[in-house]
Amino acid sequence: MGTGRLYAAVAASGFRRYATYRTATAAGVFTNSVFGLILAYTYLAVWNERPHLGGYDQSQALTFVWVSQGLLMTVAVFGGGFEEELIERIRTGDVAVDLYRPVDLQGWWLASDLGRALFHLLGRGVVPLVFGALLFPLALPASPLTWAAFVLAVGLGVVVSFAIRFVVALSAFWLLDGAGVAQLAGLTAVFCSGMLLPLNVFPGTLGEVVRLLPWSALLQAPVDVLLGVADPLPTYGFQIAWAVVLLGVGRLVQSAATRRVVVQGG
Amino acid sequence: MYEGLRAYGLITAMWIRSTMAYRASFVMTTLGNFAATGLDFVAIMLMFSRIDSLGGYRLPEVAFLYGLSATAFGFADLVLGSMDRLGRRVRDGTLDTLLVRPAPVLAQVAADRFGLRRLGRIVQGVLVLGYAVVSLDLAWTPSKVLMVLLALLSGAAIFCAVFVAGAAFQFVAQDASEVQNSFTYGGQTLLQYPPTVFAKELVRGVTFVLPLAFVNWLPALYVLGRPYPLDLPAWLAFAPPLVAAACCALAMLAWRAGLRSYRSTGS
Repeated sequence: MGTGRLYAAVAASGFRRYATYRTATAAGVFTNSVFGLILAYTYLAVWNERPHLGGYDQSQALTFVWVSQGLLMTVAVFGGGFEEELIERIRTGDVAVDLYRPVDLQGWWLASDLGRALFHLLGRGVVPLVFGALLFPLALPASPLTWAAFVLAVGLGVVVSFAIRFVVALSAFWLLDGAGVAQLAGLTAVFCSGMLLPLNVFPGTLGEVVRLLPWSALLQAPVDVLLGVADPLPTYGFQIAWAVVLLGVGRLVQSAATRRVVVQGG
Repeated sequence: MYEGLRAYGLITAMWIRSTMAYRASFVMTTLGNFAATGLDFVAIMLMFSRIDSLGGYRLPEVAFLYGLSATAFGFADLVLGSMDRLGRRVRDGTLDTLLVRPAPVLAQVAADRFGLRRLGRIVQGVLVLGYAVVSLDLAWTPSKVLMVLLALLSGAAIFCAVFVAGAAFQFVAQDASEVQNSFTYGGQTLLQYPPTVFAKELVRGVTFVLPLAFVNWLPALYVLGRPYPLDLPAWLAFAPPLVAAACCALAMLAWRAGLRSYRSTGS
């Protein structure tokens, strides 16, 4: 119970930390809404040209735009803040302090990232979606059960996203400067998550491959659950499988990395 | 003016020397910059793998719009892209250091952490523009060639004005640096698609209020021989230099007002 309370406290502080910057949050919501507007008109034109492209009708495509604008901070498609900090701690050696704390490194950062994600879901997710729903006819479900299923899928998406970013951050143990890897990881996530274009619109084999990769658990999976296009249970299975694999990889890398740590004197 | 350019040149040269100390890192970040902006065009190509035209425009025509706006924006981003750091400087009070130095503040802020890696964006824009010009099969006349050059120069100047005005806004807004992104990166994203895609009110807004349409839509539609959706007189396609000059003048006024209103954090 003690560790449970500790992780809850870490998560709460992660939430509060991001909740502090209210102007920045408002500015971010504004930017998401502007980009949502541009993308919504573009998708309208695409779906006018090819109705039912990728199995979506026009209002489902619009819903995809606005939900993904609301979620991109929550599931940290571009990266979520904690990697930068962890990379910096690895570079400076402060990570040694983290390692001799009586808390697991991965668990600590996961808890704090979940807190951050919850804030971003509320602070950055709701307003763009409402704005989009006021301007465009969105295909939002009426059943609270579908919404609950969606929120659970978002949560699992955050865990998969965290698991990937944790491995990316730990690469700094070998590379010291993790900026290049972090940038590469961000680009991959933008391309493979559905942020760039819904994955069901990708042509042929490419489309099938990206749907199997872990990044599709971040955005495509939750949105498809919300739209009723995907069954929640198999979607959860897919997300949990990737979460287990990637968290496991994170543990392996972590134990390999901690054996490398040499704390400088002083 | 001369003094400002000289200061900008000196600071920029310093940052370039410092960048070149880590050549591998420079190559990697430039490639990353190239790839990051290239993803936008990959999205367009993926769309066109499933459709033949977007808002009545074929791929080479959209590529022409994209190439013009990406290149123009790339130049502005290279020259003034660091200006969105101003909010941070206002917040932590480090702007004070710039105020006491004997060089124009705008030049110092603009050259701060000059990122040569942003060349990646220009290269990407020029490549797409080249592809568009080759595959468009247009009857090029001297006036159309002139129009392309005019559009690139004025477009870069208009985006520069947006960067400066956005920075001026950060004197007031501090934490709201992301708002600037909606007009810079957001504007660039908007302009890479044909105007026929968007609602009339939005097109009116970016023509008459925030005149981004003059970066590439009006000049490109003249070159492509297509009508602008708003029934404007044809000569307006030649207006971008005037619009750019007006934008820059307004941005300078905004900058002066912003700088005058600056109060240090005092902490």
